[in-house]
Amino acid sequence: MTPDAPARRDETHRTALVNDPKVRRIALQALLIILLSFAAYSAVKNVATNLANQRISSGFGFLSQTAGFGISQALIPWSETMTYARAYMVGLVNTMLVSAVAILLSTIFGFAVGIARLAPNFIISQLARWYVELVRNLPLLFQILFWYLAILAAMPPPRSALNILGSVFLSQRGLTLPQPVIQPGAAILGVAALAVLAAAVMIVRWSRLRRERTGFGMPRRVSLGLSALAIASLVAVFLLAGAPLQLDAPQQGRFNLSGGVTMMPEFAAFAIALTFYSAANIGEIVRAGIQGVGKGQTEAGRSLGLRAGSILRLITIPQAMRIIIPMLTSMYLNIVKNSSLGVSIGYPDLVSVGGTILNNTGQAIEVIAMWMATYLTISIATSLFMNWYNARIALVSR
Amino acid sequence: MTIAFVQGEPLSPMRPPNMDVGPLRWLRREVFSSPMQGIATAAGAYVAYLLISSFIDFAIVRAVWQGSSRAACSDVPYQVGACWPFIWAKLGQLTYGFYPADERWRVNLVFVAALILLIPLSMPRAPYKLPNAIAFFGVLPVFAYGFLYGGSIITPWLSVTSVVFTVAAVISLALHAMRLNEQANLQPLRFGAIAVAMVLGYALSGVLNSPRFAPGMEFALLSGAGAATFEALLDRRASRMKWGAYGLLAAAIALTFAAAANAPFLEEPSLRVVPTSQWGGLFVTLVVATTGIVASLPIGIVLALARRSDATVLRFAAITFIEVVRGVPLITILFFATYMLPLFLERSPDAMVRVLVGISLFAGAYMAETVRGGLQAIGSGQHEAAAALGLNYGQATGLIVLPQALRLVIPGIVNSFIGLVKETTLVSIVAIFDLLGGLRSAFADPNWTAPSTLYTGFAYAGMIYFVLCFMISTYSKRLEERLRVDHRT
Repeated sequence: MTPDAPARRDETHRTALVNDPKVRRIALQALLIILLSFAAYSAVKNVATNLANQRISSGFGFLSQTAGFGISQALIPWSETMTYARAYMVGLVNTMLVSAVAILLSTIFGFAVGIARLAPNFIISQLARWYVELVRNLPLLFQILFWYLAILAAMPPPRSALNILGSVFLSQRGLTLPQPVIQPGAAILGVAALAVLAAAVMIVRWSRLRRERTGFGMPRRVSLGLSALAIASLVAVFLLAGAPLQLDAPQQGRFNLSGGVTMMPEFAAFAIALTFYSAANIGEIVRAGIQGVGKGQTEAGRSLGLRAGSILRLITIPQAMRIIIPMLTSMYLNIVKNSSLGVSIGYPDLVSVGGTILNNTGQAIEVIAMWMATYLTISIATSLFMNWYNARIALVSR
Repeated sequence: MTIAFVQGEPLSPMRPPNMDVGPLRWLRREVFSSPMQGIATAAGAYVAYLLISSFIDFAIVRAVWQGSSRAACSDVPYQVGACWPFIWAKLGQLTYGFYPADERWRVNLVFVAALILLIPLSMPRAPYKLPNAIAFFGVLPVFAYGFLYGGSIITPWLSVTSVVFTVAAVISLALHAMRLNEQANLQPLRFGAIAVAMVLGYALSGVLNSPRFAPGMEFALLSGAGAATFEALLDRRASRMKWGAYGLLAAAIALTFAAAANAPFLEEPSLRVVPTSQWGGLFVTLVVATTGIVASLPIGIVLALARRSDATVLRFAAITFIEVVRGVPLITILFFATYMLPLFLERSPDAMVRVLVGISLFAGAYMAETVRGGLQAIGSGQHEAAAALGLNYGQATGLIVLPQALRLVIPGIVNSFIGLVKETTLVSIVAIFDLLGGLRSAFADPNWTAPSTLYTGFAYAGMIYFVLCFMISTYSKRLEERLRVDHRT
């Protein structure tokens, strides 16, 4: 029973420095930093030697040089005498265009597929199911090549182009659509349309507030009458302003199609493939979302006397959206990332144009860094937007 | 008062109306429940009939089965469906690429070996899971490398054995150091002796260095472990210091095997070297997919653990890597691996190796997020229980947390394999000829340019991809159901 016994035990069994978790953590991280910096150092050293051997100067100076190559589709003005930076921007715009088209179309089509998969009708749901199975189990690149090489390249020449719905033509040259032609006076129509829209929004809000306050909604006759009035007034403005907005429908001539706007086959094939591929995935997301809403919700809606359509619109879909939105976000990001596959068929997207720049200048590091930075920016911006939207519709828990 | 009749037993239930049983019920409820449904059914049935009949028409009825050039498929009076002779003619190229014809048995052998190991591995009831997994993930890659690439048959095995024993020696020395750490006296001296011995060993190995053989690592370990063993012998409690001896043994074996791997007389039983530029077709698709699958799991586990670690630098590095890789398209990663990686290294690795590195890193980053999902599902009670039992981080992670977490995410892991199989097609953009690349070059053959060969080629490749992915996804669904049942008990 000596009073200094505990002290002596401490002395013999003192924790060694190596066993102190704090010291260990710091040592581990220091080691990691040393390793990483050594790797970075040797990489930089090798890059310097290799670039010197290949006589390539690093840096982004090449961006202001003249590009000197043609780009088959440019939404912003482009000529061969412009700079590499401009070429990169042309590619970026093309990437954005095909992503936007694919996102829009695949969302519409994907929701249809998802709802069709859950349809009570056996044949419809099986058709939707096998569409999803087929498309999801084939590589996207395979589908792009299929649409490009086997479908669009096998289309008839323009003089005997395939006619869809009267004014849409499919030929070797791509997809030709009617083009809206804006004439002077269209501004009045635009203002009128905005005014009608604003009035409609205000009336709907007022009616909803009134229903919440008094319990009386707007009678069906009144709402139908108001809609008719809105359409009639727009038509009147359109006629009074001298029909300032017209569709330039393509005409089938003897040798070629005239008029309309033609999308090059690369774009058409790529957009179609990307749309079908993404729609199958969105269909699965929608199905998962709808199935994620408890069956009790539908039954409760039915016992309240709601019709099937109202149950879907008022009860199922708003709840399903909470499950769908986060998954849809990553799907949209996937579409943007998949839009890089256009390079395989020569669609002049970011990767395709960047690849040409890379081959012309040999500036591999700079071009790849620019790609990564661009895609990361798009990814982050999309996630931020979708997170904001998700927060808006998320369940408010009290 | 007499009771006229008493029902002794319950009446059997009445038969439902004839319209509400069997196929009639199915027709009424699911097919023709309303006029609109009836129309939809009819339209759907018509579309289904069109699709199925035109496929059969294409693939069988109007197909050409024999011939030796495009004439067989284009000079036919009727509209031709599939041109199967095109596939027969290109089968070798689509399967093996430009792999020399008389060496293709090697590819077949590796494929059969992989299948023999994979089938019992994927059957839940088959025994010997651990040896099977070691054979598939550890032994098969060496075997496949030796056979597919060629060169000496024995040397790869010797090199791998040497590496395994080098790692064992490092672990033994580390364990010895931990034991030393528990003893109070003369610690700095003992650590110092081992460190000095290692440096001396490394310097000594310079004498033996040749361009072919540089055993610096093995020599350093050998002398370090020798010093450790010597100390242990001097110590009174030698029984506690066995790890030094084990390290010595392992380092000696590693050195022997490393030397043997470089012995000229073992070069001989050798296979013809087939450079990877001659690889192609379905075989490359499978090699890339399998490498991605095998490599992504360890990379993913390490990244996921790093992302959840307390060490700020480590966590930050892992998050940056994962998010950057997941935020950019695979094709930019492949461009990175093909064009940028050679600049970072002193010697540029083989084109196939670069692509495999790119695919593995990409798959690893996605796998990390899958594994992290599993790690997050394990309650903190498990960590605390492990800590209470006195387990250190490695033991707690390896024995308690990871087995449970990985079990939870097995379906997710299998699902990500489907994505990987589909994504292997991207390697054709960076000039590796996988199945799709082989298909494109087959289309370019002027001997076979006919419209029907295009459709035939796509039908053939499509069936292969579809069967591959569909099998994995069906397997994943079954696995998911099985695991879910297990968790209910």
